[in-house]
Amino acid sequence: MASLTRADVEHVAHLARLGLTPDELDRLQGEMNHILDQYATLAELDTDHIPPTAQVIELENILRDDVARPSMPPEAVLANAPERDGDAFVVPAILGGD
Amino acid sequence: MTDLTTLTAHDLTDLLRAGDATSREITAAHLARARATDHGLHAWLAIDDERATAEADAADARLAAARAEGPEAVAALHPLLGIPVGLKDLVSVAGGQCTAGSRILEGYRAPFDSHVTERLRAAGAVSLGKTNMDEFAMGSSTEHSAFGPTANPWDLERIPGGSSGGSAAAVAAYQTPLAIGTDTGGSIRQPAAMCGITGIKPTYGRVSRYGIVAFASSLDQVGPFGRDARDAAALLHAVSGRDERDSTSAPVPVPDELLALPASDDEAATWIRGRRFGLPREYFVDGMEPGVAARVREAAAALEQAGAIVEEVSLPHTDYGLASYYIVAPAEASSNLARYDGVRYGHSVRGAGDYVANYLATRGGGFGPEVKRRIMLGTYALSAGYYDAFYLKAMKVRTLIKRDFDRLWEAGYDAIVAPTAPGTAWRFGEKLADPVAMYLADACTLPVNMAGLPGMSVPCGLADGLPVGLQLIGAPWSEATLFRAARAYEGLTAGEAWRSVRPRDLETLREPGLPTPAERAGAA
Repeated sequence: MASLTRADVEHVAHLARLGLTPDELDRLQGEMNHILDQYATLAELDTDHIPPTAQVIELENILRDDVARPSMPPEAVLANAPERDGDAFVVPAILGGD
Repeated sequence: MTDLTTLTAHDLTDLLRAGDATSREITAAHLARARATDHGLHAWLAIDDERATAEADAADARLAAARAEGPEAVAALHPLLGIPVGLKDLVSVAGGQCTAGSRILEGYRAPFDSHVTERLRAAGAVSLGKTNMDEFAMGSSTEHSAFGPTANPWDLERIPGGSSGGSAAAVAAYQTPLAIGTDTGGSIRQPAAMCGITGIKPTYGRVSRYGIVAFASSLDQVGPFGRDARDAAALLHAVSGRDERDSTSAPVPVPDELLALPASDDEAATWIRGRRFGLPREYFVDGMEPGVAARVREAAAALEQAGAIVEEVSLPHTDYGLASYYIVAPAEASSNLARYDGVRYGHSVRGAGDYVANYLATRGGGFGPEVKRRIMLGTYALSAGYYDAFYLKAMKVRTLIKRDFDRLWEAGYDAIVAPTAPGTAWRFGEKLADPVAMYLADACTLPVNMAGLPGMSVPCGLADGLPVGLQLIGAPWSEATLFRAARAYEGLTAGEAWRSVRPRDLETLREPGLPTPAERAGAA
């Protein structure tokens, strides 16, 4: 398996929205490549005709009755908000300008 | 008077029902012991005396009311009424902390109860507090807790296993008779083995995860720790059952047998005759500690001597468990942990720049190194162009692993007996530098999660003075069978000298001025 370059690691960190220091990126490059080497063992197995298992218990879709129930009070929902404005969460602006 | 902390939960239940102790006394004794011994152990992230005392008083009142009503009302009470339980700090308790061992959830207060919390409340159990864990349950030693490691009461220089290391150490150190853990790749069974106690990861779907901080949703299960099979079975009984708020929680009846395991050792042991156990050769892995292999083989021999059929079997895809698990679990974790964005709760950095800069700073500063490693691995495995090579491949290998087990159930085996872990508890720091070495500690437990099966660890002796765990693996929904087997094995070995050996550093923990586990680990 191709090994990860430093730029690959930076790209993945950005996708994961993880702000990492140069030291962390260096260390992760080595560690991830070491771990990816372990994955190579899976290539030994011929799985062309094997169906994937995403869930292990044979449950069919379970539907519940569509009944109205009380939701959490706004005060409880907002109690952990880092920043709030009345009954709303303050979120970082995602569009440019003021 | 007897030291109430030395008793099992079922002995405490007997005392309560006989009127020889109150839940308030039982709770006070455990709180006092936990307070007096946790400086050098650090099994707890929070102990809530006030809440525990109020719950104990409520339990005493319920028992009194049932007594007034008559014997039937008393018999209808759950055996855990009035019994203390510790909760891994990823179980939501309304109004309480729930850090999952992470700085990113420091200061967060759970707005609601988990299903497990509700069930324990309904049973009348007393919650003492929250136990330490590897951050987001990622780790095998509890060294990845953002709040410092937990020590092992058998040797304070060693790790208690993980990720539910706080729960296991607390039960082993008699701070609580029972505790709740979670197991995604071995996080109940491996610390149970390292601390010389009993723990079970139930069948996937047995216990609702509603209100439990998620790690890898196709693998996570909740389960109990106790100092014997009967105690762990009673706790599993209390928290099991269908809950529509977790769509994977299965509509499968909870076996009442869990509350009816034989009290008599001799009676329990008779169950073994004629049972068939498989001993998988692949679980005796390269580099295994010889003392561990010897104890497990002796346990198998004891079962055979008692009239069981024990046959060597093969689970040929065992070696692929590690690689496939370390794709599936990090992939699911990277997705689950995307929710920690610093907007609705938790650690939040504002003012770092645009919204992306705020996310980067919030997540980069809030997560610890192992969590970052797993998020990175999972994000890479799921990123464009790699899905087929990694996640899809791992899910196909998962099918092969599951089929290995299915063949044994079809062949009529009652259970598989195997080592829980390839070694005993290691010293702080020993495996921290090499993540793969740490991952290998779970080589014998990961395949069981991949197949969704119930897996249990029971003590089976000591190697160089440290506990060894025997793993019992069963077909889906066969928890009652595993508990019968575990209880039978306890009965068979009741007279063995190792059964009466208590953790070496149990009394040391009361000494004033002990170094904390973080100080020991720092010096290691």
